Amino acid sequence: MLAFVLRRLVGAAAALLAASVLIFTAVQVLPGNAASAVLGRNASPAAVGILSRQMGLDRPASTRYAHWLKGFVHGDLGDSAVAIAQGSNHAPIWHLISGPLKNSAILAAITALVMIPLSVALGTLAAVRAGRPTDHLISLGSLAAVSMPEFVVGSLLVAVFFVGLHLLPPVAIVPPGGDPLSHPKQLVLPVVTLLFASMAAGIRMVRAGTFEVLQTEYVQTARLNGLPERRVIMRYALRNALAPSVQVLAQNLQYLVGGVIVVEAVFAYPGIGSQLVNAVQIRDVTVVQSVAMLIAVVYVLINLVADLIVMLLVPKLREPV
Amino acid sequence: MSGRLRFLRTPSGAVGFGILVLVLLVAVLGPYVAPHSATAPIGAPPFTGPSTSAPLGTDFLGRDVLSRLLSGGRSVIGLAAAATGLAYLMGLAIGLAAGYSRSIVDPLLMRTVDVMLAFPPLLFLLVLIAGAGSSVGVLVLGVAVIQAPGISRIVRTATLEVSERGYVEAAVARGERAVAVITREVLPNISAPVLVDAGLRFTFSILIIASVNFLGLGLQPPSSDWARMIGENRAYISLNILAVIAPAAMIAILTIGVNLVGDAIARSLGRSYVPRGIRSPAA
Repeated sequence: MLAFVLRRLVGAAAALLAASVLIFTAVQVLPGNAASAVLGRNASPAAVGILSRQMGLDRPASTRYAHWLKGFVHGDLGDSAVAIAQGSNHAPIWHLISGPLKNSAILAAITALVMIPLSVALGTLAAVRAGRPTDHLISLGSLAAVSMPEFVVGSLLVAVFFVGLHLLPPVAIVPPGGDPLSHPKQLVLPVVTLLFASMAAGIRMVRAGTFEVLQTEYVQTARLNGLPERRVIMRYALRNALAPSVQVLAQNLQYLVGGVIVVEAVFAYPGIGSQLVNAVQIRDVTVVQSVAMLIAVVYVLINLVADLIVMLLVPKLREPV
Repeated sequence: MSGRLRFLRTPSGAVGFGILVLVLLVAVLGPYVAPHSATAPIGAPPFTGPSTSAPLGTDFLGRDVLSRLLSGGRSVIGLAAAATGLAYLMGLAIGLAAGYSRSIVDPLLMRTVDVMLAFPPLLFLLVLIAGAGSSVGVLVLGVAVIQAPGISRIVRTATLEVSERGYVEAAVARGERAVAVITREVLPNISAPVLVDAGLRFTFSILIIASVNFLGLGLQPPSSDWARMIGENRAYISLNILAVIAPAAMIAILTIGVNLVGDAIARSLGRSYVPRGIRSPAA
């Protein structure tokens, strides 16, 4: 068991190290120098030279990588390159993103709180009604929902609930330092959009798991003993069907980490995704680098936690393969 | 209607196929039948409602929405097709090398693939764009690199299985060169498992490229790409709702059509179309 945990920890650390190399290479080493990316194509060589020195680009790439990674591990995300280029001496990225980070976490948490019970409920319903219209409707509906990009779903929802019905606001704007929860109505459409894109896999997995368990002998026995169907499903079927679904539900959570990027942009929600898109737009390479790494860390951590939960639920997996 | 076209017998397969043909016709023939220029204003003010000269109204620059819609499908389908095709080439090369070589190459390639799969796809593409700038080449290559690892895993597993069969061992014993064995014996026999989720991968390419275009980080103005149209007009949705929902509907029916056909084909082959952990642009 300890060996399993250790192996997973080492694996996660290796994945993060590789991710950091990948991110650093893509942002800093690919064609062109980061300073000229920040300043644009028409910048004078002198200006590029000055900013290069300010950003420490005159040092070799390996030194810069080590410096960045060391800072990141110690919680120092560095300075915004664009702000430095605009003349400020001190522009910590952490100040820029701490508010948005909190907003994104709130959005993702609300979505997850709705998503998990709803996936389990719909998946179980489809399995209990296997082969009947309810099942087909849920299967087709989830296939259609997962087929569409988030921004298409989001835009269509805005068309219906804002332009058509005047029920919900089309954007979810939170003033800097404000609390997203103070206007819960604003969060409805972003959350629903995320649900559309993320639930299909969970539903399918829960359906498959429950369907399988419903065919087993102990469920048949429970039925023949005259237990009410509701009790059979809740007590016997669901519990055993859920273990394999944990992994898929975790993948859904992982999806949320990236899914918020587009959905925040659709609804102008001031989260970490909007911040990243904005940084890519103005090519603020240091912000892109640190935010991307932060997202990668959360992504890998969710996977790690999910693996450990699955291991606790299914003792069979603890044995070395 | 037997064999390969059996999927058309199911209602969802037939509906999906019909949708797909329709969207393809619009994308291919659209630019030729468009009443106005797709990139120049038609002399009407921005956000006019539907009229006889502009049946879907005008966009934020006073351009004809219908003409832009008719011209905007090519890039959506073309870029995704190019990226998916390239991804299959890369995935086949990696997977065959890993699965057939039975040497240190295999674990090396597969660990690299694991790392790639542990990284959110959209994030990868955004980081790449931040570093290398935005161009058609970056979009296609970036999405191909994102997709190749998943394909190479399936290719590797199928190759490992096939290369233990008698006909492959016989070919090796006859002294045929590795290239000949791979192209004549291995490839034809791994095509079914490798291609069954091609539809899923194609939709994924559409989704992720469209997302980047929607964010304004992909194709640049005056491109009439459907995703760009949505991004450009999204802030003014109450002024001309058609400028947003027309391209949104086109993307929606395209991707749903592809997945309906893919699902029907997979079912007719007795396989599951949506594998464990299906994804969306970010997962």
